[in-house]
Amino acid sequence: MTPAPLSPSYEPERQSRRILGPIFGLACLVATSTGVVVLSILLGAVVAAVIRGSQGGSVLGTLGHLLTSMQSSTPESAGFRAGVVGSLWLLGLVAAFSIPVGIGAAVFLEEYVSAGRIRRIIQLNIANLAGVPSIVYGILGLALFVRAFGYKNLAFGPTLWAGGLTLGLLILPVIVIATQEALRTVPNSLRQAAMALGASRWQVVRDHVLPSALPGILTGVILALSRAIGETAPLLMVGAAGSILRLPKGPSSRYTALPVEIYNYAKEPDPKYQAVAAGGILLLLALLLTMNATAIVIRNRYARSSRG
Amino acid sequence: MSVSETVAAAAAPAGPSPGDPSILTTEQLSVWYGTSLALKEITIAIPRNRITAMIGPSGCGKSTLLRCFNRMNDLVAGARMEGRITFDGDDIAAQGVDAVALRRRIGMVFQKPNPFPKSIYQNVAWGARINGYKGDMDDLVEKSLRRAALWDEVKGKLHRSGLELSGGQQQRLCIARTLAVEPEVILMDEPCSALDPISTARVEDLMDDLKADYTIVIVTHNMQQARRVSDMTACMMLDEASNGNTQRTGIVVEFSPTEILFTKPNDPRTEAYITGRIG
Ligand SMILES: Nc1ncnc2c1ncn2[C@@H]1O[C@H](COP(=O)(O)OP(=O)(O)OP(=O)(O)O)[C@@H](O)[C@H]1O
Ligand SMILES: [Mg+2]
Repeated sequence: MTPAPLSPSYEPERQSRRILGPIFGLACLVATSTGVVVLSILLGAVVAAVIRGSQGGSVLGTLGHLLTSMQSSTPESAGFRAGVVGSLWLLGLVAAFSIPVGIGAAVFLEEYVSAGRIRRIIQLNIANLAGVPSIVYGILGLALFVRAFGYKNLAFGPTLWAGGLTLGLLILPVIVIATQEALRTVPNSLRQAAMALGASRWQVVRDHVLPSALPGILTGVILALSRAIGETAPLLMVGAAGSILRLPKGPSSRYTALPVEIYNYAKEPDPKYQAVAAGGILLLLALLLTMNATAIVIRNRYARSSRG
Repeated sequence: MSVSETVAAAAAPAGPSPGDPSILTTEQLSVWYGTSLALKEITIAIPRNRITAMIGPSGCGKSTLLRCFNRMNDLVAGARMEGRITFDGDDIAAQGVDAVALRRRIGMVFQKPNPFPKSIYQNVAWGARINGYKGDMDDLVEKSLRRAALWDEVKGKLHRSGLELSGGQQQRLCIARTLAVEPEVILMDEPCSALDPISTARVEDLMDDLKADYTIVIVTHNMQQARRVSDMTACMMLDEASNGNTQRTGIVVEFSPTEILFTKPNDPRTEAYITGRIG
């Protein structure tokens, strides 16, 4: 079938479009592969280092050993137990602080403040905070939480409290922004439907807006928490211990974190420690993957129940 | 009390006389969106237990007027209102009037069906629950769905999502949801614009049934519908004096019993509109 003749104002240029389409697709494929290839090389190198270090033993066995051993002066018996436990503690504290505060701030900004100058100013500040380098948060945490500006009885010292709150502040803007984005995707007609039934703002937010935005919020929260777990610089600043021989007993204990231990092992001149550090990286990756998987499971379950 | 307030109080009619036939009234109501005047000096009285239709060309402010009645316009950024609206004789914008409580008593059905992304059951039950309904919820859900002429179509799948229904069913679900909180007035903004003739007929029958217990205000672009269902009709128009590009101001040109408005309209603009010559 021949296409109907077009008026001369149209120049469809079918030929060039037919060529440009696939070229664009190819460019996107290359872009995707860049990330995948680089990641594979990295992962390959890390796994190779671990295999070299495990001297005939299985990789899983080596990782298990690393997971259960404390720090040590010999690479053969060194492990990340203190760091893993410390990082899990940090994760809990960061989540407990930054999730409610971040979501609360976003709900306030999106649902309660009417759009205007004030909201724009706050918005701009939050966006800027999200771009502040993490070491600056480390300095803030040192002054505010570790030393409390010199008020000794208010200061946390180099404890999990200080580390958790510092990382919490660090990811707070990210959570606020991600939550705001998620809240904006909730159609206004839903809010109006609920308001028209005589619901208060809080009832609308609790029963309709937050559940609808939850998948988006979760994605943002998990990404932010993953970032917190991988941070090293601010923790060095607020005093995560370089060498530690006991596990933290509670949030007021001293601690170390997985990335800090990786950093310390990697600094050692003995190449056997390099393999230990590589193993630590795999442990960190496993932790991150677990977190992401959890997010996906929760999200899917939630999406199903809100549809049904 | 300032002088101007005294004057306003004196000009306002004394409270509701017993058996006052009108439930909602506006006096000199003007509404702005930002700096543009959307409604100018509207004065009408909506009779109790009757169906009042609003007709008029697109953009003349019918939805705006409807949203003023339940203060949904408060939620629009930049919207501002002047004049007085009373509900049962009380000023709805007075200090201390709770818009949330008001909206429970003046329900609204929107132009586009907007069920909650929840089950059919939850769609109906939610409004009642947040308003503190203490009775048997299953009963209320069934009763509301029956009144909205939807029960027979959904009774076997109350726990399926409301979004799985057809557009017409969704609109009736929205009506059921509104009925479940037992409002006194129901505002309907073109409730049938997305419906086929059969669903439309159902909704119209339903309005006729509801008339005994509720007051209904319906916006419609369908003259036949206005004529079929309503007792009173308000014809709105764009104010010719304002017909610039920047500002479209709506006014009420005629508010009469439907029979009269469609047979012997008082205003030439009404006649032109209903006979299809303008609008
Ligand atoms: N949220 C808003 N912000 C700014 N202007 C608005 C808003 N809503 C309505 N308007 C303006 O107010 C005027 C009246 O709009 P309204 O929606 O009340 O008209 P309508 O009579 O319901 O029209 P239609 O029949 O097309 O639904 C229009 O000029 C519109 O541009
Ligand atoms: Mg409208």
